[in-house]
Amino acid sequence: MSVDAPVLPRRPLDTAESVTTPPAPPARRRRGLPFSAWHLLLLPVAVVFLVPFVEMFLTSVTPASEINTFPRAFFPSSLTTAGYERLFAESDILHWLANTAVVSVVAIASHLVLCSLAGYGFARLRFPGRDIGFLAVLATIMIPTQLLMIPTYVLFARVGLIDTLGAAIVPWLASAFGIFLMRQFFLSLPAELEEAGMIDGCTRVQVFFRIVLPLARPALATLAIFTLLGSWNDLVWPLIAINDDQAFTLQLGLTNFQGNRRTDWSLLMAGNVVATLPLIAFFLVAQKQFVATMTFSGLKG
Amino acid sequence: MSATATPPRPSPVETRGGAEPAPAPARPGRRLGSRLGGWGFVAPALVIVLGLSIFPALWALLLSLQEWDGFSTPEFVGADNYVELVGDADLGAAVVHTVLYTALFVPSVVLVGLFLAVALNRRIRFVGLYRTAIFVPFVASAAATGILTTYLFNPQFGLMNNLMRVLHLPQQGWLEDPHQAMVVIAIMSLWGQAAFTTVIYLAALQDVPGDVVEAARIDGAGPWQIFWAVVWPQLRPVTTFVAIYMTLQAVQLFDLVYTTTRGGPLNATETIVYYLWQTAFRELDFGYGSAVAYGLFFVTLIATVIVTVQQRRAAAREQETR
Repeated sequence: MSVDAPVLPRRPLDTAESVTTPPAPPARRRRGLPFSAWHLLLLPVAVVFLVPFVEMFLTSVTPASEINTFPRAFFPSSLTTAGYERLFAESDILHWLANTAVVSVVAIASHLVLCSLAGYGFARLRFPGRDIGFLAVLATIMIPTQLLMIPTYVLFARVGLIDTLGAAIVPWLASAFGIFLMRQFFLSLPAELEEAGMIDGCTRVQVFFRIVLPLARPALATLAIFTLLGSWNDLVWPLIAINDDQAFTLQLGLTNFQGNRRTDWSLLMAGNVVATLPLIAFFLVAQKQFVATMTFSGLKG
Repeated sequence: MSATATPPRPSPVETRGGAEPAPAPARPGRRLGSRLGGWGFVAPALVIVLGLSIFPALWALLLSLQEWDGFSTPEFVGADNYVELVGDADLGAAVVHTVLYTALFVPSVVLVGLFLAVALNRRIRFVGLYRTAIFVPFVASAAATGILTTYLFNPQFGLMNNLMRVLHLPQQGWLEDPHQAMVVIAIMSLWGQAAFTTVIYLAALQDVPGDVVEAARIDGAGPWQIFWAVVWPQLRPVTTFVAIYMTLQAVQLFDLVYTTTRGGPLNATETIVYYLWQTAFRELDFGYGSAVAYGLFFVTLIATVIVTVQQRRAAAREQETR
C-alpha cells in the first residue's frame, strides 16, 4: 500500500540477453577456472530451487512400499503409475480440475473485457465523477483480503452463492489491479491513432475494439497471467466459501486430500503434479510474460 | 512485450490534462450522452470491484461493533470487541508468532532476492536456465507447497532428515518441533517468493545508470566497492518498497500454515490471520473476527504510513546535503 511510484521498473525483464547493463562487468575469469565463478554460486542455488519439484515428480511414481521406509533411498528402485491410477480411480480430481478450469477461464475472460473497458474509460474518456471513481479503485488496493472475508461470506450466503462454483468465480470477475494496469497501459499509447479513427467516423466503441484492443495485446497478456495465477492457485477464499466437494476447486481438493490421505504420498504427489504441471508448463512457454507480470504486480499492494 | 511493464509513471491520482485526446467533435445532440458514455466503459468493473471491497469493508466495520454468530439477531456492543482485543492472550501469542515469521521471512527474502538478482544479472552461459529454475517455484500454489513441505520435512522419511543422516547431523523434528516449525514455513515461503524480489531487483539493476558504474570502474573501484558505493544506494527506494510489500504479505500469512501445521504444534505457528479465520469460521464469532481484521489493518496501515513518510524525509534530507 501507498508505495512510492518511482519503484515501478521501467522496462520489463527480458530473459537472458537483454539484461546486460550496469553491474555486469564482463564476467571475469578467475585464474584456474575455465568458467565464471558465478556458476559455483548459481548452480547449487538453481538445484536447491528445483529439488522440491523433482521430489514431487519422483514421489508420484515411487511405489508406496518404498516411501515409508527408513533409511529412505534417495531414488526409487522401480517406477510405477499406481499413484496416478489410485488418484483417478478414488478421487474426483478430474471434476475438480474441470471446476478450476472453469473458474480460471471465466475469470480471465471477464478480467480482460471488464478491466480493459474500465482502464480505457479512466485513461481516455472525460465524464463526471471519473477522478473520484478511479481514486476509489486505487483505494481498494489497500484493503487487505482478511478484512473482506467475513462480510463477503455473509453476502454470498444471502444470495445463495456459498457452496457453488460461483462463489469462487465472482471475486475474480474484475480487480482494481487489472483496471490500474490497463489504464496505465492506455495512457502510454499515443492518442493520435484513436483521433484518426474518430475523424474517419468510428465511434468510441469502435475505436476501442478495432484500434486500441489490438494494440493492447502485451498488457492483456500480463493481465491474463495475473488472473490465471491468482484464480488457479487461490485457496483461502474457496476454503471459506465452498464445503461441497462437488464444487471443490483443485487446490481445495488437494488440501482436503492432505487431511484424508495423509500417508498415501504417491497419490498426494500425483495430485500435486496434476494441479501444478499446467502452470509449470505454461510458465516454461511464456516465461517472459510471467516475469513481466511479476514486475508489474510490484505495484499491487 | 516491452510496453507491458513500462507504462510511464504518472502519479496515479493525477489524471487531469496530459495525454488525453481533445474531446472528439461531437454532434450537438450527442453531447450529454457522450459525456456520460464514459460510465458505460467503467461501470461494470467498478460495480464489481467496489461492491466486493469498499462495501464489505464498511460492513466489516459495522460487524466489528457487534456480537454476531451469523444466525441470531446481531447485538450492538460498541467498542467491546476492540477492548477485548487488547487483553486477548491467544491473539497476543498469534501476534508473537506472526512477528517471528515476519522477522525470519522478510530480511531473507529481500537479501536472497538482491543476491540472486546480482548473480543473474550477468552475461554468463546458462544464465537463462538458472533464471528459469529460480523463478518457477513462483507458480506453485500454497496447497502444493504445503504438501511438499510436509513431505520434504517429514521427520521419518523426508528428504531433509535423510540429508542430515547422510551428513551425520542430528535428526530434527522440523514441523513437529514447536521451535522449528515456523522456520520451516519461512524457508518454504522463501522458496516460493524469492522469484518475486529477484525480479524486482533485476529490473531495478537495469535502471542503474551504466555510465556511473563505468566511471567508478575507471576511477579504480573494485566490483565490491562499485556495488556498495554506487549500485546499492541506487537500489534504496526498491529495497524500501520490497521490504514494505513483503512485510504486508508476511503479516497476513495464512494459507501455508493451513496447508502444513494448521497452527500447531502447540499453537506455535498460529498466526494472526489463522486466529482470525478460526474465530470467524470455526467459532462463528463474526463480530470479534472483524475486530481482529480491523485491528491488523489499522496497525499495518499506520506502520506503513510512518515508514513511508520517514523514507521520504530521509531521501529529501539526502538531496539537500548533496
